[in-house]
Amino acid sequence: MTQKVDVRALANLARLEVSDEELARLEKEIPAILGFVETIQAVSGAAGEVAPEVRNVMREDVNPHESGIHTEELLSAAPSRKGDLVAVKQVLSRKK
Amino acid sequence: MDLSSLTIAAARKALDAKDFSSLELTNAYVQNIAARDKEIHAYLEVWEDSARAEAKAADERIAKGDAKPLTGIPLAIKDNILIKGRVASSASKILENYRASYDATVITKLKEQGAVFLGRTNMDEFAMGSSTENSAFGPTRNPADTSRVPGGSSGGSAAAVSGSMALAALGSDTGGSIRQPASHCGIVGLKTTYGSVSRFGLMPMGSSLDQIGPLTRTVEDARILFDAIRGNDTYDSTSLPDYPLKEKGKVVGVPRAFMKEGVDDGVKSVFEKTLEALVKGGYEVRDVDMPNLPYALPVYYIICPAEVSTNLARYDGIRYGLSSPADTIHEVYTKTRGIGFGPEVRRRILIGTFVLSSGYADAYYRKARDVRNLIRADFERAFDSVDAIALPTAPGPAFKIGEKTNDPLAMYLEDIFSVTPNLAGVPAISVPAGSVERDDKELPVGFQLVGPMRGEGTLFTIAKDIEKSR
Repeated sequence: MTQKVDVRALANLARLEVSDEELARLEKEIPAILGFVETIQAVSGAAGEVAPEVRNVMREDVNPHESGIHTEELLSAAPSRKGDLVAVKQVLSRKK
Repeated sequence: MDLSSLTIAAARKALDAKDFSSLELTNAYVQNIAARDKEIHAYLEVWEDSARAEAKAADERIAKGDAKPLTGIPLAIKDNILIKGRVASSASKILENYRASYDATVITKLKEQGAVFLGRTNMDEFAMGSSTENSAFGPTRNPADTSRVPGGSSGGSAAAVSGSMALAALGSDTGGSIRQPASHCGIVGLKTTYGSVSRFGLMPMGSSLDQIGPLTRTVEDARILFDAIRGNDTYDSTSLPDYPLKEKGKVVGVPRAFMKEGVDDGVKSVFEKTLEALVKGGYEVRDVDMPNLPYALPVYYIICPAEVSTNLARYDGIRYGLSSPADTIHEVYTKTRGIGFGPEVRRRILIGTFVLSSGYADAYYRKARDVRNLIRADFERAFDSVDAIALPTAPGPAFKIGEKTNDPLAMYLEDIFSVTPNLAGVPAISVPAGSVERDDKELPVGFQLVGPMRGEGTLFTIAKDIEKSR
């Protein structure tokens, strides 16, 4: 089923820098792994709808903690900050 | 005290009887770590000062007669479980200096009991691997034969317990990461029912598969640690309501057709002997037909990378962890992740990105989800007629360091028997069952029992009978 996988495009989608050397290796490894997992295509039929044992259950949005008590702790982990903000490179830029 | 045979249960009695103090016990482990861990490398960091302080506090609590089952018990914690103020790196460069800003729920529970934390243990990076060789900080060696791997990904936790460098340990199991190292190191490992133990504060890998669980010397100890960490938690959105442990009957199913190929002869012989012992002990052993089990490993290696690729998107060099300076935000992401993640993590992120990508998601991810439901149905049907299902934990004994590092598929095959319970959400235990001889060394082999949802009670009963039969 898989003939060629564009690993460079995947790496770009995954925001992952990959060296040329690794790229060459992955271009062999990933199709081999996909070839292995593709065996599930042979399975036909489907299980009836099963009610899952666990579902995502969200907490009630109540009793918030006092604003600001975790700010310093969390911000101190940030690689770069400006005051009480996490500093990042410009996200939007004008086209050159 | 003889650390090589000490259990939580025995230590509890000795601590309460004042035969030795938690401080003496903790010091004994710290000394053993200093003597052995240069070679084994079970720990990434040892917290001897805080461990001693925790031991002293535990001794005061014991003196007051206020001891809980784990008060003063020295434990090792896998490096992907958060302890407030401590580095938690998941054995990755990207989190090498990351300090946890809160306690995982399991840690809160252990702290309430007054447990002693000896240190954080080595693992495959972000729990991806079956040998602990994928750690960014070097492999762990198997105490039974130091030329071999301890298994993985909770290899550091398993080696710490089997090497008498902790009384017990916590690990996490996404596709076998507690049971397989337990099998390779000759100890007990429990993958808990999905939703029974809170995942809050466990670094997520495959969120629909991950569970925290105990690695211990005995089944009784596994139960003690499981009881200490389980329970409903509103901070985990897929937490089960609390449930009592029930012990069910004595019928063990074996999916023979699934085990025909790829099992080491020695492992097979240990497996058969264990079944014989069960029969002698009054169990009925019968074949079960589970036609979709052969698809479990391929399904796992679609679902798991898919969840990995989404879960690990959070490591982007912005809010915490490693950040590689660059001119644009895109380059900050790509460089940070390129430098910070090791080869196996990168491989899985890329596979996950592929199976979720437009045009392929139906054929891979959604198909895998359908087959996963079939596997779940196989288990449900099997548990209509049997109380537990037996499988080898791993297809072979511990392998040599370096033996499988250049062949990702060979490494993945190590998980063939252990991924199925994770896909179904059901609990499974690996209990030491025998050994095979390789290069004049006795290598431990585990026996795996899989139970229905909330079926840990049955697993403990059968596993204890296996323990007794040896």
